Amino acid sequence: MSTRPRHHILSVLVQNKSGVLARVASLFARRGYNIFSLAVAPTEDPAFSRITIVVDVEETPLEQIVKQLFKLIEVVRISELDPTRSVERELLIATVRADASHRGQLVELANIFDAKVLAVGLDALTLSLEGAPDKLDDFEELLRGYGIVELQRTGRIALPKLDREARVRAVKGKAS
Amino acid sequence: MKITGAEALIKALEQESVDVMFGYPGGCILPAYDPLLKSPIRHILVRHEQGAGHMAEGYAHVTGRPGVAMVTSGPAATNLVTPLCDAYMDSIPMVAITGQVSTTAIGTDAFQECDTVGITRSITKHNELVMSAQDIPLAVRQAFHIATTGRPGPVLLDLPKDVLQNTMTWHWPSDDEVADSLPGYKPITKGHPKMIKEAAKLILAAERPLLYLGGGVLKARAAEYVREIAELLNIPVVTTLMARGAFPDSHPLNLGMPGMHGTAAAVTAMQKSDLLIALGARFDDRVTGKVATFAPEAKIIHVDIDPAEQGKVRRPDVPIVGDCRQVTKELLKALREMLDGGTVQAEIGPWRSRVSGWQEQFPLHYEPSEPGAALKPQYCLEKLRDGAPEGTILVSGVGQHQMWSSQYWKFDEPYTWVNSGGLGTMGFSVPAAIGAKVGRPDRTVWAIDGDGCFQMTAQELITASLSNIPIKVGILNNSYLGMVRQWQEMFYGERYSEVDLSGGIPDFVRWAESMGCVGIRVDSPEEVEPAIEKANSINDRSVVVDFRVEEFEKVFPMVPAGASNDDILLHPAQASRKEFLR
Repeated sequence: MSTRPRHHILSVLVQNKSGVLARVASLFARRGYNIFSLAVAPTEDPAFSRITIVVDVEETPLEQIVKQLFKLIEVVRISELDPTRSVERELLIATVRADASHRGQLVELANIFDAKVLAVGLDALTLSLEGAPDKLDDFEELLRGYGIVELQRTGRIALPKLDREARVRAVKGKAS
Repeated sequence: MKITGAEALIKALEQESVDVMFGYPGGCILPAYDPLLKSPIRHILVRHEQGAGHMAEGYAHVTGRPGVAMVTSGPAATNLVTPLCDAYMDSIPMVAITGQVSTTAIGTDAFQECDTVGITRSITKHNELVMSAQDIPLAVRQAFHIATTGRPGPVLLDLPKDVLQNTMTWHWPSDDEVADSLPGYKPITKGHPKMIKEAAKLILAAERPLLYLGGGVLKARAAEYVREIAELLNIPVVTTLMARGAFPDSHPLNLGMPGMHGTAAAVTAMQKSDLLIALGARFDDRVTGKVATFAPEAKIIHVDIDPAEQGKVRRPDVPIVGDCRQVTKELLKALREMLDGGTVQAEIGPWRSRVSGWQEQFPLHYEPSEPGAALKPQYCLEKLRDGAPEGTILVSGVGQHQMWSSQYWKFDEPYTWVNSGGLGTMGFSVPAAIGAKVGRPDRTVWAIDGDGCFQMTAQELITASLSNIPIKVGILNNSYLGMVRQWQEMFYGERYSEVDLSGGIPDFVRWAESMGCVGIRVDSPEEVEPAIEKANSINDRSVVVDFRVEEFEKVFPMVPAGASNDDILLHPAQASRKEFLR
């Protein structure tokens, strides 16, 4: 389930009120657009939530989506995040078949990927991995060979990359 | 001092200067009807909730102020769905208030419960389930603010019964509080100066410019500036179905309505133009025909307050997001400055004469009604138009009669034409006409209806009679669902499927009389004028005139659905001259 390169990430800041997610989701349905993945949670200010939506469309309909989204009264700000200029993260949890003979291999694989072992059973392991979506794709592919019992991904969240100046400033800020 | 949520609601409506509302009480909204007894707000008791919605729309159309409808939960709320969607499509400011089951019962499938907010989400500009009595004043202020600013539209407030019954401490929010509560709502009204300058340059350089006026011109009350621009530069004008009246039909620059049943001159001028100046218009499919072949040589200046309209159908060369009134005012100023600065407008004389040629060659045409022969609907409209008192407001339903109304009436004043353009809601005219008459009691209001439409909402004439709102209804009765019949004749090999309404039942005259109206039946051309004269002379009650018109009359010109505007079908009597449309 890898995303094709033409995916777009919309970071939508909304008022944190009941029904807002339904409004956003039904707008996509109403206008005939597909949501590839979606993640939502309150921001640092509990009055607002950030919805990260990955859509899989050409440029032109994307412009329409953004404009239509903006017409929702509770939508405060929309940024389109360029995948090459943003930090994307996603979380994956998977339960994988692992009898005694395969457990070692799986733990080794988990170590290579910096994944965590969340639970160990007699013939299964539950692993979690946080990282860039591509990395999760690779990990998932490798797990498949062992037999995935259950798998859940969160859908990605993203923020713009800090530009060089901002990065430097952030580091300085930390130092002082 | 503590008051109930219901009292707060009525008080908030009074604060918003609501003087009239259209509604129908019921279980969950009951608490709100009690304080209404003491309120100066006039409540008009309708016969069906759909009627309340369309009345609110008609009121808003002619006054520019938001129409208010109040009904109960469940079936009443679902009956309001059609007018909400209608208002949404045509950008009509409207505030709907629905009752809801108590907060403790929400989600339990309680009696008359439905997910009103969910159902109306995609057909309102905004809606809200108010969960606390204390929140009511702010919710009402937000609703009126959102409904009337930016691109206008309907807003719905869903009020649970216990929220109406609970007490609250009255507080009327300030403008700042409203603004702070809506951090994501800041409509752009002022056009970008650079874009306006760019537009002015294009306009002066264009050899075949055309002003394409949409409903936004009326919503923004921009007609005066638009007219000044047209007259300053002699630019021809087309007025869409939603913009009829925005520019006088009697003005030589007005080519009339474009689109599927537009005049040949208006349709062709759009096709041949090198610059379309679209003002508050949205390139609707009924106007563009096949988009790929629409106005192929035209550059586009698109002025609209809704950014989502820019580039939705046709990518503009100069997009201007803003309020039509503000933008046209600035545009006029920019044009004058450029002219004063020595810029010379391109020669548009040849374009003007081409356009006038089309107007002369292809006037609207029908085979006239001969005495003793079948009655033509267009003839009825011409006589209605000629006999109408000054300032008459015309309201139509949807179908052939709507197109003939738009074609044959002469609209010389803004806000004298009310119709359902985007949604195409049959049954719109009688209740909308009642709402219009409530908004403009000084005006004569004629509702032109089809026999199909009339049967959908005629019961509101009882409302008109009992609430003393005298309107006039002209039914162009051809015993058919005329427009559908026309399509079956033209595109389905004359196979008529379920369009025959079997003239005779009902008896419209007796039906009208039973509802407290005067009923008049007209069968032949010579009866038309006396009937209209009689109808216009009766002002103490509503009048229904049943014009028994020719069954097989068709609306021309016509651009078939999905066809190119270049393939316009002219009236058969003009078809041989089609080559002149070049």
